[in-house]
Parts: sequence; structure tokens; C-alpha cells
Amino acid sequence: MRNTSVISAQTSWYELFSRGARDWLRHNQKVREAVQENLTDLIANPDIITGSQQRSVQVPVHFLEHARFRLNDSAPAHPEAGQGESQPGDVLHSVRPQSGADAGHGGEGEGEGEIRLMLELNIDDIMDWLWEEMRLPELQPKASGGIDERQLVREGWDRHGARARLDRRRTLKEAVKRRALQADPLPFTDDDLRFRQLAQRRKETTSAVVFFMLDVSASMTVNERRLAKNFFFFALQGLRRQYARVDIRFLAHTTQAWEFSEEEFFQVTGTGGTGASTAFNLALRLIDGEFPPSQYNIYLFYASDGENFTEDRAAASTSLRKLAELANTIGYIETALGLLRSSETEMKAICDELEDDGAPISTSILTRQEDVWRALRKFFLRQAGATEPA
Amino acid sequence: MTHADDLPRAQDAAAAESQRLADYSARIEALARRLGLDFHPVDFELVPNNFMMEIAVYGLPVRMPHWSFGVRYIHQLIRQNMGHSHIFEVMFPGDPCHAYLVDSNSLPENTLVTAHVLGHADFARNNQLFARFMEMAGGRILEQAAEHAHRIESAAAEFGAQRVEAVLDAALALEPHIDVNGELHRLPYPAATPPPPLPSGAAGPFDRRYRALPGEAAPLPPAPGSRPIPPQPEYDLLWFIAQYAPDMEGWERDIFLAVRTESFYFYPVFACQIMNEGWASYWHARLLREADFLPDQLYLSAIKSHSDVVRPYAAESQLALAINPYHLGFSMWEDIIEGHGLEVARRICREEDDFGFIRNYLTPELAERLGLFVYRTDKDGDITIGERDIHALREAILAPKFNYGAPRIAATALQPDGSLELTHDHQSDGRGLDLERAERALDYIGRVWRRPVTLRTISDSGAPRELTVRKT
Repeated sequence: MRNTSVISAQTSWYELFSRGARDWLRHNQKVREAVQENLTDLIANPDIITGSQQRSVQVPVHFLEHARFRLNDSAPAHPEAGQGESQPGDVLHSVRPQSGADAGHGGEGEGEGEIRLMLELNIDDIMDWLWEEMRLPELQPKASGGIDERQLVREGWDRHGARARLDRRRTLKEAVKRRALQADPLPFTDDDLRFRQLAQRRKETTSAVVFFMLDVSASMTVNERRLAKNFFFFALQGLRRQYARVDIRFLAHTTQAWEFSEEEFFQVTGTGGTGASTAFNLALRLIDGEFPPSQYNIYLFYASDGENFTEDRAAASTSLRKLAELANTIGYIETALGLLRSSETEMKAICDELEDDGAPISTSILTRQEDVWRALRKFFLRQAGATEPA
Repeated sequence: MTHADDLPRAQDAAAAESQRLADYSARIEALARRLGLDFHPVDFELVPNNFMMEIAVYGLPVRMPHWSFGVRYIHQLIRQNMGHSHIFEVMFPGDPCHAYLVDSNSLPENTLVTAHVLGHADFARNNQLFARFMEMAGGRILEQAAEHAHRIESAAAEFGAQRVEAVLDAALALEPHIDVNGELHRLPYPAATPPPPLPSGAAGPFDRRYRALPGEAAPLPPAPGSRPIPPQPEYDLLWFIAQYAPDMEGWERDIFLAVRTESFYFYPVFACQIMNEGWASYWHARLLREADFLPDQLYLSAIKSHSDVVRPYAAESQLALAINPYHLGFSMWEDIIEGHGLEVARRICREEDDFGFIRNYLTPELAERLGLFVYRTDKDGDITIGERDIHALREAILAPKFNYGAPRIAATALQPDGSLELTHDHQSDGRGLDLERAERALDYIGRVWRRPVTLRTISDSGAPRELTVRKT
């Protein structure tokens, strides 16, 4: 055996990979998975519906800790050792960060409370996860029978055309190809010229308007609204996947209906009874005035606890039937937190009747947070089925 | 491994510096042998800082992948970027030893570090705890760890990264749960003595027909009264699970044993940290002091690095709520060698680990001189300095080192239905477990044990507490 030490420094292969970075990326992936499982808590923030124009949310997350068995630190104070100038009985008022264990062996790297990880989640990614998770179909834009928008799109090349559409890059390519074949080539010939062609295309209507309608009568509790809001949020995101532009309107009603901003929408509380027809009529007026069905895909979501004045029944039914003729789909969400009703509510009866007549209405009852996913799934499946070309 | 004399010529300055380092280290090595250090030769390797950081984070140059290392890595990266941490060397005992130095550290720093590493090499060759591990594992931990990493990556390719990760979650959570007094290579418990066969004469027609009835024919499992598994509380949980888990596959047991082998390797490093770092610091200081061939300027810069490493608390403070093992060990060795001579020091070096070292050789006078104290932190975070009592002080220094720094948890029963019973020896630990973490660690175990796992401990208030996971 050799008896001397050696020193070497040929280490370029280390640069090729970093195991630390690889394991760090795996950690981040785990964080994302964990976040994915808790999506509904994350989107409980106020104003997330209209406030999410930047299409991403920043979520502060903690480092994941690989748990090990440890003694209970909050047990009656145990002695530790320190060093420095001090006298027995001295009391230090300290904001001590928890001391980390030995680096390297068994140290979990805890006590780094000051380091926070900001995870930027793209809303589109979140929706992709959900779509994948729930195996939802893509939405079909309404087969538009009315005025189509027309647009000019580039389509192919031709040897003749307006000078302004000369595609110089393409022309040069043609010249290069020709010269490669010819023995004594000219730099350019007329045959090399390529012009971009335009074609007129019918453009599918890609705008949508979403009406969120909420029963704000006294019987709707905070938690019931939260459920509705959660559903609204994801329904909206699902629609945004399909349409280039989505207009959103918030309508609330008691015995009369108003239009609100998002912020007010989820906070407003009305008193008195419930007359759903007022909201339906307001939606009808808005559609009539601003959103011609020939140009817009119209979606309506109505959340209520199901109570409605019996005297309003005929009016509500008629208005809803009219809406159903204009809209791609109507989603009716009945919030019934933690209670099971024996009989059908007034509102559900109306919707069911319309659905039986073939109107594009889908009804869901939300009793818990988890029901939101089920309702979304039902809604989007219904929507896809209803508009699929026969 | 490349010899110093065929270094690439591309970077002449670096090569020249490396040549000077090789020159100094050869002469320091000769000096060390003259002073009586006894060590296997060291293969030094200069590596980039980022690779060095990984060696420090993983504990080994090539080690199994796991996301928890990624978390340590990022913490280390941040600490280093903030200037709070500076890694000088990592050394692996063997014959030859392997030591990694940072190629961007200065020549004086690396000269100091080579001397420091020789101290470690001497310690590792002579200390009984290190020697015992070397004997059990054969001193090839770098190759073994790389082999483990390779096998685990193959398993990930074959069985899926998720499944491998689940096994590593459990095995690494149990990393310190080995029996440090036991053997690395263990046989299963001796088989239970089979129940005495029924006397053949007693098997009359009735017995024969009775045993032919449905459900009666199967041979009885070990009859009650035969040796239970484990026969006594088993603290080597990694081994126990690898050996007795009812539903684990071979490659999963293999991962548990890989983690266990590495854990055995880390134990002497852990249990002798104060002695070992102190010994290496004593020797680097002494070797440099006596190396009259070093230029003055280099010596001064090196000794400045020495005082940065061997200081009790950060320059700007007067007090630290933790003990720097380099400083404590260094001061104790100086004290011992001054008082009793080098021969006694070498004997202590051979025979003790940190427990014996601190309990037997940290004198009240030295503790007083170093300003060591005991403190307690109350619920509001206020800290009260305790009475000067050398016994309390020694135990407070050693407390984080008991049982490999982990709670004493033993496997106490393997039930006939395959469920596992773990018991926390809270009496010797003096308190219960951090229940929230315990629940999560138990969850990791449950995923690989695949039958119910129960853990007994006590709650905050001292009441018995039982945690159970059921995974299928």
C-alpha cells in the first residue's frame, strides 16, 4: 500500500449534473402536488374572479419537511448548553430562532423560518389539472346561425400577387433551390417570386358572456355563498379556456334584482323574500341590450337555496324558459349546507320541469365543498353533450 | 485519480498553486509522521464549490436521491450565498482516505485544511469506534454509497419513482434508528423452537378425523408460548423492518438495508464529532506552527482561517446558545495535552467517544474558563442561565447526541395479523414525542409496512398516547 498522499484536481465531470438541484426540483414538484390537492382553499381569496386577469396566483408555501421521530420540544424546558459571558440566573429575552441540528447528519435543516418559497401557479395550469383530473370534455362554441364574423387569414403562396405581399424569404429559398440545380444559374427569375395569399374565413363566434346570478335573500348564509363562489370561479375558468373574450355580469336579487360589482356581489345581503324572476328578467334585458345571442355564447349560473315565492312561479318559469332559448347552457346550483331536504324546492321544481322539456339546464345540489367538483363535472358534461353536433 | 504531476496545463496559475499545495502537503505529512501521527494516506481531490456543497449536504459524494436532500441543499445554498457558511473539507476514512477540498479556496486555507485532514485521518485510524465500523463495513463506503444510489435509480426505473420514493421516505425517516452497539451484518432471530410433535400414539381415529375438519388441518402458527418476534425490544428498526415486514418486496428491503449501512457509517462521525474536530483542529494548528518551511505570509493567513473556524461565537456577539464543537474539542485537547502529555491524549483518542470524552475530561476549571453554561428556554422564549454545575453542563452538551440524536423507539411486537407495534421508551428520553411529526413519520412507515402500525408514547401532559396508521 502506498504511503504518501496525493492531490488531484481533474473534476470537470462534476459540472455535468447537480444532484442537489435534481432533488430540489423533485421537492418543488411535491409542493405543487400538495398545492393541487388544496386548490379550493387557495381560491377562497376575495376578488379572485375578476382580479385574476394576470392569469396566475402567487401562493406562499413552506418547504416540505421530511418528518422524523423527534422528542417533544414543548415539553417542560430541558437544559441546553451555550457559551459566553453570563452569570447563573441571568435571563435573556430572546427571539431565538430554533437552533438547527448538526449539519449533515440527521439535521433536517429546520429552523429556517425566514426562507419562504413563493410558488407561482398559472391559472391555466390549475384548470388543466382539473380538466385532466375530472376528465372533462372541451367546450363547444355554439354553432352560430346568425351573422358570422369574417376575417382574412394568410393562406399559402402564389407566383403572382401584389408587390406588398412579396415574401422575400420564401422567394430567396426558391432561388437557392433553383440555382442548386442549374448549371449556369441566374440570380433571380420571375419564377422564384412568391407572394403571400389571403383567404377569407368565417370566424366562429369566440366571445362569451357569463351571468352569475345569486339569491341574496336573508336565507343565504355566508358559507352557502362561499360554495356558490367556488363553483362560479371554476365554471368561469372553464369557460375562459374556450373563449377569447369573456364578459362577466353579476346579478343579485331578493324580490327585485340589481347588478353589482364582484366585490359587492359576494357581500351584499338583502332582506325579505325571493323572487327569482326579477333576476331572470334583468338578464334578459341585458342580453337584449348588450349581448345579441348571434354574437355571444351566453352562459348563466344561478345559485340559490331554492326558496322562491310560489306566486313568482309562473313568472320565473316563463323567464327562465326564454333565457334557455338564448343561452348555451344554464347552470342551477342549489346550496343546501349540511341539510337534506325531504321535498324538492320550488326552484328545483321549475328547473327540472324545463330540463324535462329539453331546455339546456343542468341542476346540482351543493351540500359540501367536494360537491363543487361533482357539479362542475356534471355541468361541463351536460354542456358538451348539449352542443355536440348531432 | 490524477497525480499532481500530470495536471492539465490549461490553467497554469491554478496548476502552479496546486503544485505548491502538493509540495506543502507532502512536507506537512512528513512532519506529521515525525510528530507521531499514524494515518492511512489521503487522496485529496480539489473540487468546485458547488460539488463540495453537495458532498456536505448528502454526507457522501454520490448518494441516493431524495427530495429531503434537495431541501438541505437549498438551505445550504442560501446560507452560503449569505456568507453564513463556508465549507473547507469533507473527509472519508479508509485506506487510502479520501478528502475533498474546494478548488476556489485560497492556498493558505487549503494548506491549513490538508493539515486538518491529517488529524482526522489519524483519529479515524486509531479511534475504536471508527475502527469497529471499518471492520464491519470494509472501509469502502464511497463505493458502497454510489452502488446504493445506482441500485435505487435502477429500482426507480423499474418500479416507478413514486414507489421508490415512498420506501425512501420511510427508510430515511428511520435513518438514526439503528442499534449502534449491534452488528452491521445480522442474522434473523433464531427460529422459534417448533412445538413438540403430538405423540403419535395419541392420534387416534377421533383426532385424525377432527384434524381433517375444515380449518383444523392447517399447521398451527407458532404456538402461544413459543418465542415472540422480536424476542426483546428491537431498536434497530431499519433492520427489523427489512427483515420482518410482511409485505415488502426484495428491492424495498434492499433500500432499507442500504440506508442502514450508510447510517452505520455516519455513526462514528456523529458520536465523535467534538473529539474528532477538536483533534483535527489541534493538529492543524500545531503542524502549521511547526512547519517552518511555510512562508510567513501564508502561515499568518492560514492561522487567521484557523481562528475563524475555532471560535465559540460569531465575531460580533458575546454569547452563543450552542457550542461550537471545533472550539470545545480544540480547547479540551490543548488542556489535556498540556496537563497529561501527548501519550495520554492518544490513549483517550483511541478509547473514548464524545460521551466518555466530555464526562471524563471536561473539567470544571476548563468549563469556567471557556464560559460554558446551561440554560433553559421557557414557553415565551425567555432564556434563563442555570447554576454552574459541571455534571448538568456535561449532560446538556451530550443530550442532543444520545441514541444517535433520535428518540428511543423500539419494535416491541409483531402480531400474527402482521401488524407492528412500536414503543417509545419515554422514560429514558424524559419526555414524549413531537406527536405531529411522529404521526407523519408513522405514516411513511405504514406505507411500506402495509399493515397496521401502532406507536405508543406519551402526550404533553404525560398521559399515554397511542398513534395508529392503517394502510393497505
